[in-house]
Amino acid sequence: MTRTTAPTRRAALLGLVSLPVLPLLAACDGGTASGASDGGSSGATASALSVTDPWAKAAESDMTGVFGVLKNTTDKDVHVTGAKSPAAGMCELHETITDSTGASSMQKAENGFVVPAGGEFALEPGANHIMLMQLTGPLKPGDEVEVTLELEDGTTIPFTAAVKEFTGAKENYGGASDGGGMEDMGGMGSDGGH
Amino acid sequence: MQDDPRQPTAPQDPADPQHLGDPRDAADPQHVTESADRRSAAQPDERQDAAASAASAASAAPQSAAGPDGQQDPAASRPGRRGVLIGGAAAGGAVLGAAALAGADAVRDRVGAPSGGEAAPLMGATTIPFHGEHQAGIETPPAAHATFVSLDLRPGAVRDDVIRMLRILTDDAARLTAGRGALADTEPELAEVPASLTITVGFGPALVRAAEREVPTWLAPLPAFGIDRLEPTLCDGDLLLQVSAGEPHTVAHAVRMLLKDLRAFADLRWTQQGFHQAHGSVKPGTTMRNLFGQVDGTVNPQPGEESFRHTVWIPDGPWAGGTSMVLRRIAMDLDTWDELDRPGRELAIGRRLDTGAPLTGTAEHDEPDFDKLGPNGFAAIPEFSHMRRARGVDSPNGGQTILRRPYSYDEPVGAGAGAISSSGLIFVAFQASVLEQFVPMQRRLDELDLLNTWTTPIGSAVFGIPPGCAEGEFVGEAVLG
Repeated sequence: MTRTTAPTRRAALLGLVSLPVLPLLAACDGGTASGASDGGSSGATASALSVTDPWAKAAESDMTGVFGVLKNTTDKDVHVTGAKSPAAGMCELHETITDSTGASSMQKAENGFVVPAGGEFALEPGANHIMLMQLTGPLKPGDEVEVTLELEDGTTIPFTAAVKEFTGAKENYGGASDGGGMEDMGGMGSDGGH
Repeated sequence: MQDDPRQPTAPQDPADPQHLGDPRDAADPQHVTESADRRSAAQPDERQDAAASAASAASAAPQSAAGPDGQQDPAASRPGRRGVLIGGAAAGGAVLGAAALAGADAVRDRVGAPSGGEAAPLMGATTIPFHGEHQAGIETPPAAHATFVSLDLRPGAVRDDVIRMLRILTDDAARLTAGRGALADTEPELAEVPASLTITVGFGPALVRAAEREVPTWLAPLPAFGIDRLEPTLCDGDLLLQVSAGEPHTVAHAVRMLLKDLRAFADLRWTQQGFHQAHGSVKPGTTMRNLFGQVDGTVNPQPGEESFRHTVWIPDGPWAGGTSMVLRRIAMDLDTWDELDRPGRELAIGRRLDTGAPLTGTAEHDEPDFDKLGPNGFAAIPEFSHMRRARGVDSPNGGQTILRRPYSYDEPVGAGAGAISSSGLIFVAFQASVLEQFVPMQRRLDELDLLNTWTTPIGSAVFGIPPGCAEGEFVGEAVLG
């Protein structure tokens, strides 16, 4: 955030001052989405959701995660039920849970993601994310990958994620012995996806 | 003075609805209203010129106060305080006496508070646009801290690798310079103090070749010079990053973030860190002194002037709007410089040490009189002096200009090294033509320049600086696309 502000933008911001302040869920939020929703011909709710700062972790094969911030611009909750990508044979929505021992693992979010009315839903390494599985080819740093979110009402939200190397948040997936989340997902049990 | 189109200013996409709708902005309305209040409250106190400048800059008022913007009077850009200080002076000598005793800062705090004035806008909040006709970090006034990084592409890198690398680099640079974390930035908070961050990208010949584009003849190591004592580990490279900001954490974070994202494509070749005058330490536009104590860079073309455009930017071809960077690491032997008396130092340079004025003048920017003779009948500005040689006064091919944008370095010396300093200059020159501007000048200095006695070039590199890019493009797209 900077204080320097161009005329048009500042004027617009001044107009926004009285608007409610939205909660921030992602620290690195604020970028220009390379793939904001356009929703195509899907009707009124088509632009209900936008995807800000989408990116995917580079992977040679198998699987990887897609991250970003989902923003709901409507006054109703938006229910994301699935995802698809030409780069992957299968996509799942994943959540991370913490078990009784305090260890966290990830699993398929059976009920999808609910982006609250007027709010945001962060997809982050080590937390909720979109899982691309059965990658059709390597996702190299600097590539772009097309992903489409599927909403409960049948709307689709396509976006483009930038592929980057990422070495963080390994603790959530590391350790062959605890790989419960991965194993549970049906034999994808490599920890290399993230 | 420095009417720089790259002056610290607003983010690139003011009309971008995503920005307008960005809750981070909405969450931060105070900044905007503060600025507006400060401005309107301040104007009545301002001198007419300051008020006019504030009005003309009304769209971007904080910038004029926050940035190294070359204003004649920095106080004029701090609304409120100026009026207070003038008022204090009018109130009589007692106030000024108190000021002298208490220290300017204490008084400023004391008298500043009741006036309703606020602290000046933070330098750390200043941004410089990444996108544009030219890359930032060239016409931009130098920020205090700079890190220069040279990388080598991995063996076997092909065009696709180069393009993907530059896409990531561009996205990172655009975000970081706007004061935002890069995508997948694990320390995004460190990016939130842009402090005039600029990230300038240059290409070595191997990168252009890997991208399957023609390597211009000038994009090659400089010819060997007799004075050179080059260390290969301080020379050349395929990709150059000049990362500069007014805040060292900002630079460190940006460099680290960029290198993390470049790790898939390239290996670090060398890193050089340098410093310039700190923000607020001298009036904007003041020529830097190097560690010899010399005023260094007096004859630079000034940003925004026709001479700048003509000197720096490549006029046509794929590199149009770009430039060339020559980076020379020049060790300065402060120990032997110590042994030279002041008149000797001034004769070596051709300028006075105190003012930077030519030995025939009284002010820094006085035009030197190379015909003038000293009392002993020799040229007042000696034939061997650095300035005279650089200008090429006595050569048939003189008169070249370049943009000097140097940074000092002062490295730690290892225990037992027998020295007390390892200092010098990261001499950075930008020019439209390496071969027609830089090389002839360097040849003259190689042949004769008394300053060579105390300076030794130990690193050297030439990079092609592609023009700036628009949003949606990657840096260098004009050259490699």
